[in-house]
Amino acid sequence: MEENWKRAKAVFAAMAGPPVFWLAAFFLVPLGIIWAYSFGENSSLTEIAINGTFANYVHAIQPLYLGIIVKSFWFAALTTALCLVVGFPVAIAITFAPEKTKAWLLLLIMLPFWTNLLIRTYALMAVLRTEGYINFALAFLWNSLGHLTAAFGHPLAAFTPLELLHNNFAVVFGLVYVQLPFMVLPLYAALDRLDRSLLEASLDLGAGHFTTFRRVVIPLATPGIISGIIVTLIPSVGAYLTPDLLGGPESLMIANVIERQFKTANNWPFGSALSFLLMYMTFIAIAVQAMVARNRRGAAR
Amino acid sequence: MTAKTIISFENVTKRFGKVVAVDDVSLSICEGEFFALLGPSGCGKTTLLRMLAGFETPSEGRILIDGEDVSRTPPNKRPVNMVFQSYAVFPHMSVADNVGYGLMVDGVLPAERSRRVEEALALVKLEGYGGRKPDQMSGGQRQRVALARALVKRPRVLLLDEPLSALDAKLREQMRSELSQLQEKVGVTFLFVTHDQDEALAMASRCAVMNRGLLQQVATPSDLYEFPNSRFVADFIGSVNLFEGRFEVDEADHAVVRAPELSTPVYLDHGVTGGRDATVWVALRPEKIELHKRGDGQGAPALGDAPDGHNVVPGVIRHISYLGSESVYEVELDQGRRVRTLRTNLTRRDQEDFTWDEPVWLAWHACSPAVLLS
Ligand SMILES: Nc1ncnc2c1ncn2[C@@H]1O[C@H](COP(=O)(O)OP(=O)(O)OP(=O)(O)O)[C@@H](O)[C@H]1O
Ligand SMILES: [Mg+2]
Repeated sequence: MEENWKRAKAVFAAMAGPPVFWLAAFFLVPLGIIWAYSFGENSSLTEIAINGTFANYVHAIQPLYLGIIVKSFWFAALTTALCLVVGFPVAIAITFAPEKTKAWLLLLIMLPFWTNLLIRTYALMAVLRTEGYINFALAFLWNSLGHLTAAFGHPLAAFTPLELLHNNFAVVFGLVYVQLPFMVLPLYAALDRLDRSLLEASLDLGAGHFTTFRRVVIPLATPGIISGIIVTLIPSVGAYLTPDLLGGPESLMIANVIERQFKTANNWPFGSALSFLLMYMTFIAIAVQAMVARNRRGAAR
Repeated sequence: MTAKTIISFENVTKRFGKVVAVDDVSLSICEGEFFALLGPSGCGKTTLLRMLAGFETPSEGRILIDGEDVSRTPPNKRPVNMVFQSYAVFPHMSVADNVGYGLMVDGVLPAERSRRVEEALALVKLEGYGGRKPDQMSGGQRQRVALARALVKRPRVLLLDEPLSALDAKLREQMRSELSQLQEKVGVTFLFVTHDQDEALAMASRCAVMNRGLLQQVATPSDLYEFPNSRFVADFIGSVNLFEGRFEVDEADHAVVRAPELSTPVYLDHGVTGGRDATVWVALRPEKIELHKRGDGQGAPALGDAPDGHNVVPGVIRHISYLGSESVYEVELDQGRRVRTLRTNLTRRDQEDFTWDEPVWLAWHACSPAVLLS
């Protein structure tokens, strides 16, 4: 038995070794370097002197940058909320679909992963721009309506296309579009595990569908809801491509600012400090959430 | 029975695609009954129960509760409650919240609610367990929670789907009598599903036997056992020896059946309606066949209630299973047919009376065999 276990340990080490090495060499070490940069300053165009200064962090907590961080969290929270509202019915529909349809629906949810994010975002631009499909459809409806009212002697004004692109709306819309599958999948996993007889028991005891949903489905799906929120919220906070392509000048998110520091501004130390500030805030948010959840569970016992 | 009918199924059929799960079932259940639905796996018992609870709608026919057609009524509007096979106790609620759930949904005020929850917990002997979470309870206790949760709503009918199947043998025995006592105490009509015939015979006041979606027979447990109406029921309830044969005599007060596998004709002390010229089956329960010694030229035993040359056949013991309280003997007849007989071990030496390969007489009284027409 013990012999077995020892051998298993060797196997375990052999299996875990390469990934651990990979993680250390290509994730932790670069992260450490960036962390070190955040305490340095540019000494020449290409060199950074790490001298333990906090100047970058002081710079980073200026209202200008803090405001953008807060806005990033706000966008991400809005995105997450919308994903939850849209994703829950979708997850429920998949859970209760017939077995055959279910596989197809899941495939449909995962289909976007097969296409590059850049291509998907450009496709979204084609939908949203002033000459895009949405405006095209709206113009068609408006003009048809115009013909109708003109017949009664009240012609409508010419159709002015809606500005759907290059603003905050477009950014949140794009984020919801990108993040929705990440919300639906954990929700689906949680709902699929749910014992159907619990729902039937609730109905049997006289509860309606809404009460059953609130008292039985939501509490039991909470782990799925939480992981859905986490996997939607965190990537949204750091979203780069979506605000870059769909956003306007006032819808910059923090990742765009960081990118500028690393590229056009050539201020790596400041970019590093901003990156780590964002990371700390995300960690704190998760830690607070976990603590609240534990306290609540403790109180319920 | 003169009691008031509480549930009636009227020509209820349920199809799932091509599968006919319940086939033209008509059945009435009276107030206060402890009614069992019995049948082999897949015969449609659960489907029938779920139609009554409202989780399935009949493809054809009607279901009435208290004379009112509820075939299309949603489950939360029916005056019946169910104890699920898996218990379906809400894992995120305390025991008290589980039991109080149905009352809360109905808007019963907290004070009244906690009083009734306590009452229901006491009924199932779980006083003081209200604060526990279901994962801190055993399977048997969880089942009691499910029972209390359903009974606290004071349903017209309590539905139980294989309530004892997940319990171990000892606990099952104990719960059998507890369920019966509980039913007497609360006076609610119980309708329970089981595939265990012992359970049905021990607990039910009346049973329905189902086979492949069809209702085979509805009767009291003793009538099912002693007066089965078909080979299926005779074979499903207990153990039986079946012999194919034809009527030789069928008068009002007696009948004789000739079965090729038996060397003497079977004499019955009653007439049989129908089956005059068709194939019939004689059903003989193992415990109703007597064993007599045949060694040393001992003659056939006299039965008293059947003419000589009837109801006695010679054979040889081929197998003995000693079961403690009784022994099962497999006797081979001259024609090669094997017959099971059962003998209670009344004294501590009874099992030594007969041994393997011993020649014996098998005999039965004229009132023992049942004649089955299908
Ligand atoms: N939702 C369903 N969809 C399709 N077929 C079903 C469904 N429910 C039951 N059936 C079929 O109907 C028949 C009867 O099923 P049912 O569950 O009523 O049997 P049962 O008597 O309760 O059996 P068991 O003792 O195994 O629980 C079976 O052939 C089953 O496969
Ligand atoms: Mg069943």
